[in-house]
Amino acid sequence: MSGTPVPGSTEAGEAGRPLRVFLVDDHAMFRAGVRAELGGQLAVDPSGEGGPPRSITVVGEAGTVAEAIQQIVALTPDVVLLDVHMPDGGGRAVLEATRRQLGSGTTVRFLALSVSDAAEDVIGLIRAGARGYVTKRISAQELATAIRRVAEGDAVFSPRLAGFVLDAFAARPEVPLADPELDQLTTREREVLRLLARGYAYKEIARELYISIKTVETHVSNVLRKLQMSNRYELSRWAADRRLI
Amino acid sequence: MAQLHRRRDGRVLGGVAAGLATHLGIPVLAVRVAFVVLLLFNGLGALLYAVFWAVLTPADEPNRPQTGRLATLVLAGGLALLVIMARIVLFGDPSSSSALGWLFALIAAGAGIIWHQTAAASRPGMAGSGLLGVLTGPGRAGFLLRFVGGGVLILGGIMGLLAVVAPLTGGGLSAVLNGLLFTLIAMAGVGLMTAPLLWRMFGALREEREARIREQERAEFAAMVHDQVLHTLALIQRHTTSGSTAYRLARAQERTLRNWLYKPSGSPHEKFAAALEQAAGEVEDAYGITVEVVVVGDADTDERFQALVAAAREAMVNAARHAQVDSVSLYAEVEPDQVNVFVRDRGVGFDLANVNGDRHGVRGSIIGRMERHGGRAEIISAPGEGTEVRLRLPLPAVRKENGA
Repeated sequence: MSGTPVPGSTEAGEAGRPLRVFLVDDHAMFRAGVRAELGGQLAVDPSGEGGPPRSITVVGEAGTVAEAIQQIVALTPDVVLLDVHMPDGGGRAVLEATRRQLGSGTTVRFLALSVSDAAEDVIGLIRAGARGYVTKRISAQELATAIRRVAEGDAVFSPRLAGFVLDAFAARPEVPLADPELDQLTTREREVLRLLARGYAYKEIARELYISIKTVETHVSNVLRKLQMSNRYELSRWAADRRLI
Repeated sequence: MAQLHRRRDGRVLGGVAAGLATHLGIPVLAVRVAFVVLLLFNGLGALLYAVFWAVLTPADEPNRPQTGRLATLVLAGGLALLVIMARIVLFGDPSSSSALGWLFALIAAGAGIIWHQTAAASRPGMAGSGLLGVLTGPGRAGFLLRFVGGGVLILGGIMGLLAVVAPLTGGGLSAVLNGLLFTLIAMAGVGLMTAPLLWRMFGALREEREARIREQERAEFAAMVHDQVLHTLALIQRHTTSGSTAYRLARAQERTLRNWLYKPSGSPHEKFAAALEQAAGEVEDAYGITVEVVVVGDADTDERFQALVAAAREAMVNAARHAQVDSVSLYAEVEPDQVNVFVRDRGVGFDLANVNGDRHGVRGSIIGRMERHGGRAEIISAPGEGTEVRLRLPLPAVRKENGA
């Protein structure tokens, strides 16, 4: 189960504590770049409730799947930035092995980072348990916000991933739904995803829909859960078809 | 000397005589007379003709499959064989020894078919040569049929020979059965001996073919990288002082590479999503910005969709020129009853009251264009707040959702 903690409850005491981040990418140059960029970043409270900003510490990095698994299990960072495409099974192999070894109750969260904009590439990773997906073109500031959001139990969708989810969950009357609760998006979730796909930030979505940022985050987290748990044909097809190399 | 083929032109039956005549350089009449004369010897002429017919390829299409003809031939051969066997076994017909010629001809026909198949199959572009080429070639089933057919003819001929010869040594029916048995054992032996060899050759050929396919893919990929990516990298190195040129080059190359890797779903002339992506690419190239394109659903394009794409393009161009941003979001969703397109930037924005009256781009190219096609355009902007252009095009109710 993807136990989404009630936002704000468990993290209240940790606010202000540095976020411990681990990098997994087979390109040393990219790791060095992200490390340098994140070093100076302060992740502001994405919920807009005025929580103190949290600094980001990169506690380690790995260039291979085996090394990554070993170090993540040893270090138990808050967030692992996970490259999708790597030799020996890619990010998915890391995700599955570490989650197996750490158990389902782990607080280590995964954020997929891919050079590919094809959301299909990332569906496998999301379904394996990653809490979000950003492209490598993301700015350092946005990446810091995404890391904090994931660390605090919320989900991070890129516009393209939002578009893909809308596509995959499109209403098709001819397809019978095994579990209507999981296999359908609510109208509100659809609206939030549409705005995400239109390039709106959470804050702007909240303003557009007259809801709080927390509510937007809850909607996105619910969509993530559906994305992970639903057995809709479109999703299982992607998960089965894509060989993540 | 001319190649031995059946000839389509100047044929009376199957073109065998004409082909033979051309091949041997003698009048066609002589060949035909020879066939007719041979016909008197227990119908040998007809059989020979049939054999040639089966074995020779037509002159104009040397590689045409011959399964149909072969089936007829095998059937005819089998019937003839049955008649001969019946005469020998049931009536002990002494004159049947003249069937020897027939039987030899049968064996020859079978061998000829097999030989012909192996020879004809070693055509260009095929793995290996001769027999192996045929084994791995595209018409494997047809080949097997012919191979088995030829084998049956040979087997039948040998059995017949044994049956004809056996009565002279005093065997009768049991000799025929023994002969059949021995033949089968011999063939099984040959099969056992050659099976591992054939299997190995099959494997080697399969590997070779896979390697060739891989090599082909690699060559295609290398050509693309060479023609495009290396070229772009060289250009970028020459433009290191101009950041915007380098950016533009890198972005355009990235788009090309992505298109190549993730094969887009359709042509911009046919599909709405592809047309939008193409328009976004053009704006990226022309203004050196990034357009984040997200399209949900798709539809076949028509002139209303084209107008929508043109309006969206104009909105992107406006954002690129006036918003002072390096990134624009483009979102489109095709629903059964409508299409919505949103072009959004986080740029400087503007005061709608000051601009709407005089800026032609907005009035004519976006709002007017949408209204002419029964749609609507809405522009939301404020200084410092960025701009969003919302385009909506209702679809006729009859239009079915297409691949959305």
